Parts: sequence; structure tokens; C-alpha cells
Amino acid sequence: MKAFKMFAVLMLTVMIMAAPALAKDTIKIGAILAVTGPAAFLGAPEAKTLEMMVDEINKKGGIKGSKVELIIKDSGASPEKALSFAKQLIEEDKVFAIIGPSTSGETMKIKGVAEEAKTILMSCAAAEVIVNPVAKYVFKTPQMDKHAVIKIFQQMKEMKLTKAGVLSSNTGFGKAGKEQIEKLAPEHGIQIVANEVYDSKATDLTAEVTKVKAAGAEAIINWSIEPAQSIVIKNARQIGFKGQIFQSHGFGNIKYVEAAGEAAEGVIFPAGRLLIADVLPKNDPQKAVLVKYKKDYESKFKEEASTFGGHAYDAMIILTKAIEKAGKADKEAVRNAIEGLKGVVGTGGVFNFSAQDHNGLDINAFEMLTVKKGKFVPLATPSKKEGSPKKK
Amino acid sequence: MNIELLSQYLVAGITYGTIYAIVAIGFNIIYNATGIINFAQGEFVMLGGMIAVSLHSFMPLPAAILAAVLVAMIIGALIEIIFIRWLVSPSVLRMIIITIGISIFIREAALHVWGEAVRALPYFTGTEVTVISVGDVHISPQVLWVTGISALMVIILTFFFNYTLLGRQMRACSANRDAARLCGISAKNMVTLSFVLSAGIGALAGCVVSPITYVQYDSGTGLAIKGFTVAILGGLGNSTAAIAAGLILGILESFSVWVMPAAFKDVVSISILLLILFVRPSGIFGSVEASRLKEF
Amino acid sequence: MRSRYAPILFFSAVVIAVQLLTFTTDRQQYLTQLTMTGYYSLVIVGLCMLMGYAGQISLGHAGFFAIGGYVSAFLTTYDLMQHKANPLIGLFSRAGLIVTVQDLYGGDALVFHPWAACIAAILVTVLISYVIGGPVLKLKGHYLAMATLGFGTIVYKIVIGTSFFGAADGLSDIPGFKLLPGLEVSGKTPVRIQNYYISWGMVALAMLLLTNLIHSRAGKALRAIHSAEDAANAMGVNTGRYKLNIFVLSAVFAAVGGVFLTHYNGGIGPSEASIMKSVRYVAIVAIGGMANLWGALSMGIILNFFSLRGYFGSYDDAVFGVILILIMLFAPEGLLRREVFQGAKKWLSGRRKTEGQKA
Repeated sequence: MKAFKMFAVLMLTVMIMAAPALAKDTIKIGAILAVTGPAAFLGAPEAKTLEMMVDEINKKGGIKGSKVELIIKDSGASPEKALSFAKQLIEEDKVFAIIGPSTSGETMKIKGVAEEAKTILMSCAAAEVIVNPVAKYVFKTPQMDKHAVIKIFQQMKEMKLTKAGVLSSNTGFGKAGKEQIEKLAPEHGIQIVANEVYDSKATDLTAEVTKVKAAGAEAIINWSIEPAQSIVIKNARQIGFKGQIFQSHGFGNIKYVEAAGEAAEGVIFPAGRLLIADVLPKNDPQKAVLVKYKKDYESKFKEEASTFGGHAYDAMIILTKAIEKAGKADKEAVRNAIEGLKGVVGTGGVFNFSAQDHNGLDINAFEMLTVKKGKFVPLATPSKKEGSPKKK
Repeated sequence: MNIELLSQYLVAGITYGTIYAIVAIGFNIIYNATGIINFAQGEFVMLGGMIAVSLHSFMPLPAAILAAVLVAMIIGALIEIIFIRWLVSPSVLRMIIITIGISIFIREAALHVWGEAVRALPYFTGTEVTVISVGDVHISPQVLWVTGISALMVIILTFFFNYTLLGRQMRACSANRDAARLCGISAKNMVTLSFVLSAGIGALAGCVVSPITYVQYDSGTGLAIKGFTVAILGGLGNSTAAIAAGLILGILESFSVWVMPAAFKDVVSISILLLILFVRPSGIFGSVEASRLKEF
Repeated sequence: MRSRYAPILFFSAVVIAVQLLTFTTDRQQYLTQLTMTGYYSLVIVGLCMLMGYAGQISLGHAGFFAIGGYVSAFLTTYDLMQHKANPLIGLFSRAGLIVTVQDLYGGDALVFHPWAACIAAILVTVLISYVIGGPVLKLKGHYLAMATLGFGTIVYKIVIGTSFFGAADGLSDIPGFKLLPGLEVSGKTPVRIQNYYISWGMVALAMLLLTNLIHSRAGKALRAIHSAEDAANAMGVNTGRYKLNIFVLSAVFAAVGGVFLTHYNGGIGPSEASIMKSVRYVAIVAIGGMANLWGALSMGIILNFFSLRGYFGSYDDAVFGVILILIMLFAPEGLLRREVFQGAKKWLSGRRKTEGQKA
């Protein structure tokens, strides 16, 4: 008996000593996402995407032989929770990097924390102020709002429209878009005849669109990221607005098209190519990645892939490639590696980072899409090579 | 402001005002029978829409709506039986907090069952873009459905309360509970019935308005506040006044967009609520003495 | 007499013990959530006074927290450079109320000093709570509940709809609050222990204040109002004035909590003003025992701490909703009542007591 006890104690000690060694072999990645709450349409697909990707990575043996451990915290789009979780993930779980948060407001709260703790933050939020001024450890994967706005203005010019009625929601996304629109309109010859901000939870926007129509708008530009997008275009068509309707890249989820039904026909908006992955020409650099992500996501979760989940995908891909390039999961080395990454094919576009550019996407990340018969189709024929990667 | 703008605002105001009025009537029915304000009233509207959408995937539309209303009624009865029935002389404060808790519970349950996505029933007639145009004014046929069905509900309720035995029993109960019990009316069952009715009309309203406004797991809260505002505005317990009050609130809210940023639309309705509470809590149409006599 | 301060001393001892424990077991990171919990506790004890001792429910107290937080956040980050020429600005500048700081891009910005902002926040809160409190407290029952709910919602809608309050993103990059030379309220790791003590020091101070209040003449008047308002009125107690003063006091507590937490977090968002937050505070006061300051404080510590650490996951709001229902159904006077403790004592000592006998 005594021998057995000695043996058990020995085994236990070995296991305990081995445990830290095992633990060192995993790469811990934290994710702060708004899985529930007012931004759940962002956070839920992002969380699902990350889980799916980590499963796949681990099945293939991990990154450079180390398994990835994903720790997801649900912030409910609440900045104080995001802050609390950020500190927890960094100090207790000692994560290597944090993916997220889903909203700009939360990201701005933890930007300082990540920077102080020298932990890489790959944000899935769109605000420009996340990467400008540049913080050494903070990156973002969604495209730049100003490129989306420029694409819309370019389209308007082609269609000979100059008078725009602007509607935006009171979220950070809406505010950022509104600012870019107001800033860039004069140099593109666009006149803003009406400018309305509505509550993101609004259920009826007839009054707002009526005001815009009465002001003589030839085109309506709506900038929001929640279900109100569908309500706007429905109300606009119902009051008899016959002009062109533009949406932001927040429209990138087929659920919004379904919700708006017939009113969505003919709406034009800039988006990442994920939504038209199937009709891209074979030689499009993004096609393989997009088709695979779409197929995997849809077969696993039985719902349509959206561009929001794609931002999380891009974050993970960039981290993975950077770790592989740096050779080990060292924060400083990987951070440097990210800045040196060029030509990384993601769902949002093809990324080219630098020390000044912590977003990596330019205007070519966007493709103009429209809705025909309830489906997303490209506006121009995709053979018009707009998505060529920059060769440096 | 031209005629077109005016009419569009008016139509939007009437549409929403009707829905607020229906929620207010739901409040009033329960209040009349029990003296409780049921904070979970808005959730019934949300449940009606959500359940109908789920059922619609394998049932034709009218059947789905009917089934959803029935399910909501059952849920209403269950809530009353599980949470309210066995309480002995609860204080007002306690009841308020319980119904708030119930409302949160239903909302979170809805979140975990249906997710965060918005849902809508298809338009009853036509599609998202069909409109009936009268001159420069464009109305979606769904708006007519909303006002029509709401009016129908009000007529049926009036008939129920005035001409059927059960309805009159309910009114007896709310007027004087002890006297009603002496007459052999089961007060407890009347309370359950009031919950069932409120849940039913709330759910039907939710079904009929969902094509226009979509329902989401948290659509209920905002409606509850507005419904309460309307109920107070018309005088708590007074359902006919609630209809007028609902239309007033809906129209005021709609026209407010003309003068202030749309993001503050809700601030307008709540300010009206606070104003009424401060100045004349018995409501525009209520009698000040009568409201002082009520126990609550 | 002195026994009434014993709980506070005991409490302070616990606070110090916990900090030392985290130091020795290398769990210093818990200090962050503990500090945040401390500031939320200020709101809770203030609300407990209002609900328990003055008997007034408030479903909008998160609104006052947000008013405090947002006013100080706004004043300490809004760049007044463009109004430099304004004589008022010059006056404030000379008085030391306005200072020059570095903005995001390295340029200069003129903002209010955190002390000035804090005082301003408190003054604004006092003003608003007096103005709102007067009419609101004349209401009873449902009307009172709805009025406070409406107030909270208005604050929420205003902060989420106004762009210079940051709209849905809230305000960030709030500077630290230098209370005294060497003592700064901010989230930076080196001053973590300091901040823990600042936070819990304020809670201890608050408890001291409230304990004194409860045992003073005003406190007795409040208890009279709570049990039987009309009788109290008949005895000459000016119920309206007492209720209003407690309302304002609890609002100020909440606002101070808001100011300090905003500086600690370095930011604030509209979620701090949401109805769910208000409901959460009410749930905590209810479960702790409506008129039980220490009960509310303890439950607040436990629940807020767990919530901040994410133990409730995505069921966070649901937990508080369920708590509300269960407590109100089964234990409307709260869990940590004196009767519960006395009952437990009796049971443990094995003695059976009938009514009317002294324990």
C-alpha cells in the first residue's frame, strides 16, 4: 500500500510539473465580443466564426505546433464590461492577443489598456480613430469608412446625381459615416440637402424619410448597421420615393435584404466581396478564401455568412500568419510581423500593413453591390478587375 | 410643411397610436381586475409576433396568427397562476417589482430562444412596397390592417364587457371585489381571465404590426413605457379614453420629428408621461375625485 | 453608542485584509473589479436609504450615476480651444479651473480640471434631483415607479442621442483625477492599490455618514415616514422635505460613484444609464434587505463582482431579473434580515421560543 501511495504521489507531482509545461504550449487568444445585447448582430457571427476557425486550426495541429485556446467574453456591447474583461484577459488569463471588441465605443475604451499592457488588439470595429492616431499594438480589420463613402460618391457621379439626403443612426458607426459624408461631399461635388439622425432602435422612419424627400433629395444615403436599415428603405419606397437608395457596408447581411423584401431591390452599397463570392471570376485573389469561409460557416451554423463575421475571420488569419512569420508567439515579435505583412487575403479585402497603416485595406477592398431578386449581385461585371492586390 | 408631409406624419402617427392604445387597453384590463400594473404587457406584444413568425414556417398565416394568440394567452394565464395568484395582499411596490422581473425574464428567454435577429411576418396583403395612394399620400395596406384589426378588437371587447355574462362578472369584480364574491363570482378566476385577455390582444397587436416594425427580443420594453403613458394619459382603467390618448401620443410623437432630431423621438413621449404624472395623474379624461378613491 | 461604528471598523479591517490577501497570493488583478464594485456600491447604499428608509422606489437611479459620470467626462475632455477668446474662459483659466493638456494627436487642448468637473457634476445632479424630485415624490406606487423609470429612460436616450456625449460610443480618454498630489484616480496599473483604497475608503466614508444619519433625529423621522407616512405627517414631520432631501442625497451618492468610476475606467458609455442597470441596483437593494445598509452593501459586492468577472456569462441580465422575482415572491423584506439571523441563532442554540418572550 505504501509503495502505491508513493507511486501515486510521484505521478501527481510529475503531472503537476508537466502541466505548466503543457500550458506553455498553448497560445491563448482572448476575444471580447458583443454576443448578446444591442450589438449582437455583430458579435454573434464573430464569436461563431472564431470558434469555427480555432477548431479547424487545432485539428490541423495548431499554429507552429501549439494548440490555440480561445477565451470568449460576452461584453453585451457595454464598455465597462469590455474594460473589465480586457484587464482580466490580460492579467489573469495572460492572453497573447485579444480579438475584438465588436463596437467602436468599446474598442476606444480598451485601446489604452492594450497599449499599456503591450498586448496585441485586433479590433473588429470600424471607427477610424482606432488606428488614427496609431497605437503600436492596436489594429483593426474592417474597412475604412471613408473609402466606402468615396465609392458611393463616385457611383453617384456616374449616375449624374448630386443632391443627397443623408440618414444615419445614433451609433458610433452611423456617426462615423455621417462625419465622413459631410467631410468628403464638397470635394466630390455632392450637395447634402437633408441630414437626419435617428435612434438605432427606431421602428418607424416614415417621418424622417418624408422630410428628406420633401427637401428634394435625388438619392438617399443611409448609414447604419442595425435593423433600422431595412426600415428606412421600406418607408422610403412606401412614401413614393423613386430615387436611388445607397446603403453603407453595414448592409452586408442577407437578413436585412429579407427583412426589407421588395424594398431592397436596386439598393446599391459598397461591401467586401464575401457576399458575392460565388460569382467572382476564378482568378480573383479572394475567391478561394471567400468561398471556403462561406461554405464552412453556412454548413456549420445553418445561417448565411455576413461580412461582420468576416472581420473576426480576418483578425484570426492575420494573427496566425504573423505568428508563423515571427516563428513564435512572442508579443513584440508578432506585432512587428503584423506590420510587415503584405498581401494577406482576407474576407474584407487584401491586407497590406505598415507601421503607419494598422488597417491594411484601401478603397479596392470594396466592391459595389446591388440587390436583384432578393440576392446580392455585383453592380458592375466582376471582370472589371477592381480587387487586385497591391504588389510592393 | 405641405399637405403631403402633414398627411404622412398623420398616417404614421395614427398607426403607432393605435398600437400604443392596444397596449394601454391591455394594461387597463389587468389594472381594473387587480389593481396591478403589469410591466410585462409589452412582452406579450413581442411574444405574439415572435411566436407567429416561428409558427408561420410550417403553418399558413391566419392559422399561425391564431395559434400565436392562443399560446400567448396560455402564457398569460401561466404567469398569473405561477407568480401572482397565491400572493396574499401584496404591496404595490412588491407587485411592481415582480412584474418587472417577469418582463426581464421573458425578454432574456426570448433572446436565448430566438436569438437577436429581427423577425417579421409577411405583409397580409401585398408586399413591402405596395401602397394605396390617395393623392400625394401613400399608405401601406398593412396600416389599414393595423387600424382595422385594432378597431375590431375594441368592438369585441366592448361587446364582451357589456353584453356577456363573463364580461359583466369581470366588471363586477373590478368595481367591488368583495361584493362580487358574495354573488358567487370567483375573483381569482377573473384575475386569470384578465391576464389571458390582455395577453391575447397584445399578441394580436404584435402579429399585425410586425410586418411594419419588425419584432426583436427587446421590442417589448419600449412599447410598455409608451403603452403606460397612453393609459395614464387617458386615465388609468378607462379603455375608451385610451384609444383617444393613444392617437394623441402617436401623432405628437410623429410630428415631433419636424422640430427636433429624430433620435429624441422617445424623449418626447416620456416627457409627456412625466408631464401628465406631475400635472394631472388622473389623466386628461379621468376624474380627479374618482382616481383618489381607488385603492391604488 | 459606540457599537454602531463597530461594523464600519470591521468592514475596514476586511477591506485591508482582502487587499493584503491579493498581494500575497498574487491575485492582484482582482483589485480592478473590486475597485469598480466599490464605486457601484456607493449607488447601492444611497438607493438603499431611499428605498428602505424613505420608502420610495427609484427605477431610474442609473440616470444619476450617468449624469455624474457624463458631466465630469464631458468637461474634462471637451476642447475649449475654439472659445479661447471668451472672457469667461480666461477667468476660469486664471482660477485654475481650466488647464491645458495634450490631446490625442499631440496638440494642445483646453479642458476643465477634474476637480472643477467633479464639483460641477455634483451641482448639476443636485439641481436636477431637486427639480425632478419635487413633483416625482408626490406620486405614489405605480406612478412613482413609472416616473422614475421615465426619468432614467430620458437620461439614457439623451446621452445615446447627443453627439457631444459621444452618442452610442460614449466618451473615452478621460484623464485621471488627481485628488491630492500623489493620489490619483485612474486605471493605470502602478496606482492600482492606491485606487482600491480610494474606492473602498469612499464606501467606508459613505457608510459612516449614513450610519450617523440613521441614528440621528432625521433617521428616526425617515423610519416613521416609511412605516406610516400619514401618521408621521400628523406628528408634525415634514414628510415632503425629508423625502426630497433623501432623494437628493441618494442622487449625489450615485453621481459621485459615476464621477469616480469614469475617471477610473477612463471612459463611460450609455450602458451605464440603461434601465437594466437601474433594475440591477433595485434588485441588489431588494435582496440585501430594503432597510438593511450592510445587507445591500454585501449583496452588491458579491453580485457586482461576479457580474464584472463575467461569471454570469450571457445570462447577466437574466440573473438579476430572476433574483427580483424570487426575492419579491418569497422574501420581500430581503434575505439578510435581522429576523433571519435571530431565527438562525435560536435554531442553533436549540431553544424553542414562543411569541412574546424575550430572546
